Amino acid sequence: MEIENVTLRFGGVTALKDVSFDILEGEICAIIGPNGAGKSSMLNVINGFYHPDEGQIRFRGEHRPTLPPYRIAHMGIARTFQNIALFRGMTTLDNVMTGRVTRMRPNLMKSMLWWGSAEREESENREFVERIIDFLEIQSIRKTLVGRLPYGLQKRVELGRALAAEPSLLLLDEPMAGMNVEEKEDMSRFILDVNDEFGTTIALIEHDMGVVMDISDRVVVMDYGRKIADGPPDEVRNNQTVIDAYLGVQHD
Amino acid sequence: MLEQLLFGIEVALNGLMTGVLYALVALGFVLIFKASGVFNYAQGVMALFAALTLVGFQNGQIPFAHLINAVLGTNVHHFGWHLPALLSVVMALASMVLLAVIVERLMLKYLINQEPVILFMATIGLAYFLEGFGDMMWGSEVKKLDIGLPVGPSDSIESFTYDLFGYGFFIDRLDIVAAIVAALLVVTLTVFSQYSKIGRALRAVADDHQAALSVGISLRFIWVVVWSIAGFVALVAGIMWGAKSGVQFSLSLIALKALPVLMLGGFTSIPGAIVGGLIIGVGEKLFDFLLGPIIGGATENWFAYVLALLFLVFRPQGLFGERIIERV
Amino acid sequence: MFYRETGEFRTSYPNDSQTFPIKFDRRLYYIMLFAAFGVIPFLINDYWANAVFVPFLIWAMAALGLNLLTGYCGQISLGTGGFMAVGAYACYKLMTAFPEMSIILCIMFAGVITALVGILFGLPSLRIKGFYLAVATLAAQFFLVWLFNKVPWFYNYSSSGQISAPERTVLGVAVTGSFTEAWAKYLFCLTMVFVFAWVARNLTRGAIGRSWMAIRDMDIAAEIIGVNPMKAKLSAFALSSFYIGMAGAMFFANYLGAIEATEAFGINQSFLVLFMIIIGGLGSIAGSFIGAAFLVLMPVLLKNILVGQMGWNTAIATHLEFIIIGGLIVLVLIVEPHGMAQLWRVAKEKLRLWPFPHAS
Repeated sequence: MEIENVTLRFGGVTALKDVSFDILEGEICAIIGPNGAGKSSMLNVINGFYHPDEGQIRFRGEHRPTLPPYRIAHMGIARTFQNIALFRGMTTLDNVMTGRVTRMRPNLMKSMLWWGSAEREESENREFVERIIDFLEIQSIRKTLVGRLPYGLQKRVELGRALAAEPSLLLLDEPMAGMNVEEKEDMSRFILDVNDEFGTTIALIEHDMGVVMDISDRVVVMDYGRKIADGPPDEVRNNQTVIDAYLGVQHD
Repeated sequence: MLEQLLFGIEVALNGLMTGVLYALVALGFVLIFKASGVFNYAQGVMALFAALTLVGFQNGQIPFAHLINAVLGTNVHHFGWHLPALLSVVMALASMVLLAVIVERLMLKYLINQEPVILFMATIGLAYFLEGFGDMMWGSEVKKLDIGLPVGPSDSIESFTYDLFGYGFFIDRLDIVAAIVAALLVVTLTVFSQYSKIGRALRAVADDHQAALSVGISLRFIWVVVWSIAGFVALVAGIMWGAKSGVQFSLSLIALKALPVLMLGGFTSIPGAIVGGLIIGVGEKLFDFLLGPIIGGATENWFAYVLALLFLVFRPQGLFGERIIERV
Repeated sequence: MFYRETGEFRTSYPNDSQTFPIKFDRRLYYIMLFAAFGVIPFLINDYWANAVFVPFLIWAMAALGLNLLTGYCGQISLGTGGFMAVGAYACYKLMTAFPEMSIILCIMFAGVITALVGILFGLPSLRIKGFYLAVATLAAQFFLVWLFNKVPWFYNYSSSGQISAPERTVLGVAVTGSFTEAWAKYLFCLTMVFVFAWVARNLTRGAIGRSWMAIRDMDIAAEIIGVNPMKAKLSAFALSSFYIGMAGAMFFANYLGAIEATEAFGINQSFLVLFMIIIGGLGSIAGSFIGAAFLVLMPVLLKNILVGQMGWNTAIATHLEFIIIGGLIVLVLIVEPHGMAQLWRVAKEKLRLWPFPHAS
């Protein structure tokens, strides 16, 4: 995926200014930056919730026209949210099954009668979803309403819902926010495993630098809606502009 | 032709006056919505209830007379006195404040931080309750409301316009009073909510219950205040409607029309409520005047709703509402 | 003790996703079905059919419909009465235009026509939500009822403005018209409701139901993970109206026999159905039945006790009914926003673990 000169404005506020970078197939790309740098807006542009005022998005080498978000989900882009956006009135299983929506083609008549292909499709997808549930180790909460789950588990269910779509590009918006060290380790392992086992390309936003430097192949740094650095973790770590953005410039 | 045109203008003017009354009810909705995020479906029934109570006090009706008679086998109806209009208005107002306290105690207190839709449905329940309660308390027959407001056509306007156009406009004096009262109310309420300390607290509560609580605003007190003001507005609206067409059940249905008014004007805007009310008042009268005879009449039943529906499809936030920006 | 699922295992996914996975529930369900189909038809008389059972079944059908829309898809509608009117008048037009057509088909086609009208009035849901939408659906309520009153074509130019159902038979037994026997009326409605409750259950447990619930719980997230909001909302409006239309058709053809739009399908009817699903349980098939049963039975009981036993006048009973219904709605929303069906679920949970207070 290539992001080319994307600019996004809300009224008078410019959230993103002429941002360009690529997300390469199979890599884990981290987007970091101080609060309000435009990271979440960037993800929202990538998955089509916001439409850029200027610039374009190229997906698999082709220009992507302006489409509603659900069409973009059908192209194989899934995501999780900064503030958990699970379907609170549904069970874990139903939440993850809903993630399969891009893979299911329900026929109204057959669903009404629960006949033939309807039941078969349901069972086949259930089987796939159960594999994800196993993978994320959330078997025991399969039939619990997600509204009742603790925060860390909710984040995991949300990841499961995104994975259920078998995405080619997975966007994670602060997957580790508010977690303790142990939970962060678990989550990091899941992210790496997903990348390894399914070959999923991952773009993630994260504030924990330790985690970011450990798991990502490439880091994009943003500040005030601009990209200020882009490269492998080590290179970014030593970049003067990045240090300035995070620690501030000394005025003497 | 000229006759027709002048008649049309008269219809429009009358619509304008009805619109003022719609706006009065709508005002109550906006107040509660702005101040507590509750979309109070019961506002119309509150107007009915206020009017019923006023008439009841004024005529010295014994509350729950029918129930008492049924249970005890007695035959009581009235205390046998007639209170002065002003006193009964004050007493009715006190009842509305009491109602606000009760509503807060028994209902709102338990619904803090619930989704708006749940609160909305709860107020539908409240509307039903109040309707039954009001009827049980004061009886369901149609009542005349008379607190000495001027009613009937204004002769001076009629003769003045007759001299001017050769056609006397028929305008009810009550409508003029209503317009003046509405204007006064709007000004007072706007000043109150924008510039007073309580007004600021009201807006804070509307934004976020928990945040307001955490800076030390007493949510419960604010709610009582808001519902009392809404009760006051309901009383005013109830008096105007009641004087115009009698106090009866249909009053709460007329009040339902405040809903499309709001959708037109935007739920958060006081001027919106007024302009919306006027548009719908004039619109429905003119529509019925022009097209009613062709398509069977009684279009006033639905015109407001269909207008609001079409309007919303193109401008979901209403005329004056704030633009909705969605975020994830 | 009564309610143990220990030792019950399920080894396939279809087996696990059946409606009553627990044996005890399954037995209870079969017993109720047996009573409804095998016992009641032999005992029923005109009073019970007309006062309790038939209205219960028909309102349950309407509540099912509204529950699909409001309980599952989260779109509030106050236009139920209007949509029932569409069903009733569509059924009437079909019955009189095609006298040979089976009444079952008439009712189902009436449902289909209502579904189309429902889609039309559901269009605004793509732009507006919550109570904005609720108010917008009032347009359907007032406009539709007005339409059926004012356009004589709909009531075949009859001088009274009423429509009345001609006699139609199923398997040689009259189910509409004035000579219908109580058991036939009851059994016909029961069968319709049973079949379509089962259909509703199938819809809500599959992919379609999940996309509705996703829209209900968080519409933006649903759209981002790939639910087409237009398809989900409009299909909910269509199916909901389909049910409500059939309920309206049955209300007219099987229950009342003759109706006039303003009286039979006023705004109070819309509220009544909404209250049924709030009290019974939003997002629950069983809840639709519980709510309908409750709101049909309560007035009958009140009337019998207050008017019949104690000799009060009917107006007081009606006022009391309003007070009770209104108070109950508030109470249910405060105590258990998911209604009686949820209370039942909680009770079952408790029974399952009894005498231990907590789960593992």
